[in-house]
Amino acid sequence: MTATASRPAIHAVGLRKSYGTQVVLDGIDLDVPEGTVYALLGPNGAGKTTTVHILSTLIAADGGHVQVASHDVSRDPDAVRAAIGVTGQFSAVDKFLTGEENLVLMADLRHLGKGDGRRRAEELLHRFDLVDAARKPVSTWSGGMQRRLDLAMTLVGNPRIIFLDEPTAGLDPRSRRTMWQVIRDLVDGGVTIFLTTQYLEEADRLADRIAVLDHGRLVAEGTPPELKRLVPGGHIRLEFADNGELEKAARTFRGASRDDESLALLVPSDGGVGSLRTLLDELEGASIDVDGLSVRTPDLDDVFLSLTGHPDSPKGAA
Amino acid sequence: MTAYPYVLSDSATMLRRNLRHMRRYPSLTLFIAGIPVVFLLLFVYVFGGTLGAGLGGVSSGRDAYVAYVIPGILLMTVAGAAQGTAISVAMDMTEGIVARFRTMAISRASVLTGHVVGSIIQTALAIAVVMAVALLIGFRPTTGPVAWVAAAVVLALTAFAIAWLSVALGMSTRSVETASNLPMFLMLLPFLGSGFVPTQTMPDGLRWFAENQPFTPIIETLRGLLLGTPIGNSGLIAVAWCVAISLFGFLWARRLYERDPAHR
Repeated sequence: MTATASRPAIHAVGLRKSYGTQVVLDGIDLDVPEGTVYALLGPNGAGKTTTVHILSTLIAADGGHVQVASHDVSRDPDAVRAAIGVTGQFSAVDKFLTGEENLVLMADLRHLGKGDGRRRAEELLHRFDLVDAARKPVSTWSGGMQRRLDLAMTLVGNPRIIFLDEPTAGLDPRSRRTMWQVIRDLVDGGVTIFLTTQYLEEADRLADRIAVLDHGRLVAEGTPPELKRLVPGGHIRLEFADNGELEKAARTFRGASRDDESLALLVPSDGGVGSLRTLLDELEGASIDVDGLSVRTPDLDDVFLSLTGHPDSPKGAA
Repeated sequence: MTAYPYVLSDSATMLRRNLRHMRRYPSLTLFIAGIPVVFLLLFVYVFGGTLGAGLGGVSSGRDAYVAYVIPGILLMTVAGAAQGTAISVAMDMTEGIVARFRTMAISRASVLTGHVVGSIIQTALAIAVVMAVALLIGFRPTTGPVAWVAAAVVLALTAFAIAWLSVALGMSTRSVETASNLPMFLMLLPFLGSGFVPTQTMPDGLRWFAENQPFTPIIETLRGLLLGTPIGNSGLIAVAWCVAISLFGFLWARRLYERDPAHR
């Protein structure tokens, strides 16, 4: 996270949306500092896309208050639109046009001017490795290429805040890694990213903060390590050279479980730096020689299961 | 709709996009011009001898029928273009690109305006083709250039009205198939009016409809401007219908565009 986290890029309070009797969002609060990556994590039907639609002015909320780039989305949607870029879940490219024409179309709609627009289009074609196909109709392109063009089109106007609705859904592992790198580069350039994902690994790797959305409610919010500490199951594994040291350690840490076969001791812990320091101090105090030490924190799969109490879950680590 | 300083340039951008679609996939435009040409040839050469004999008046026969049927065929061309417009609008709405446009700071009317102006250009192309064929098979307008220009203006007004209506029709549906069927009734209207035969020979109920539906005064106005037949108050009624249909189509289309895209 960079230091300019003073002004929130996105600020939402009590966001509500229902369709008929079906409540999609049931009072959501969000605060996304500028220049950070915020991941909204949840299973299908949790309300992720609806949230993105509301924040990006596509649909109106039934209740609540939303500011994006310091502008109210319902009162001044055009000011919000000028500051944001959106890449939705479904390809938002014009398949009848060529890749180059798509980018120039975006440049024209961002009022970049002819010369600047062409230069920006060229630059993005290079950056997303689309130069060879640039003059062919997008309908003939592969899905991965269309996705890259989609994101390139979002970037034409240099938006300060970018919404990515499941940016890597359906991508092969290599394309997914490319997408992650693009996102990191954008954040290095000071852009704020709001992304949704079903992939726990993705949120863990990319996001500064994660909000877990389930049935229209935020069930948890925090940094990835904070979330992991919310659930039990973490421990510190100590390994010893001989049985004597193991005996000494077992006497020091009551409640730890022994693994005599591999001469190891599992000490329950939240895996945080504080508790690790305490443990090291105790080892020092009892002058116990440790051969090896590893920390095992629960992964986000555990987090999701324990927070929502149901396994109808994200797709697991990708 | 908020006033936005870029309405014109955004609409021009959207129009360029639609013209590019037309240029890249000319089959739709060819189809739009082809259907009325087929009907023109069919009605002149298959039915024209008999229908022309029934027209009465000083001149009759096939040559007289060519002159009689042209205004109806021209309106059929406009109606056929409406089908093309509804299809392209419906296709556009199913594509994610329109959702992208909605999240951009561009004039909201520009997407629709681009379609309407594109549709009018497409209609003009089709009418040029139909007129060329009409001249080839012996159609000769008997009036002067001023009247021809006036006829072109009437056609343009009609194309404008029908374009707005077809944009709204295209957006009102969930599927491209429905969108292509909805404007069909417009193709039938010239038949249920004075487009192909005089309304006097129709049974009472149908005749009432034929004389009071919007296409008949437009056809009568075109006939007067091209062939010198009396126009009477048809001109005024025609313009009134065009304004009313334009306004209705515009308001309906705008409402549909503002609608929540998640629940189309």
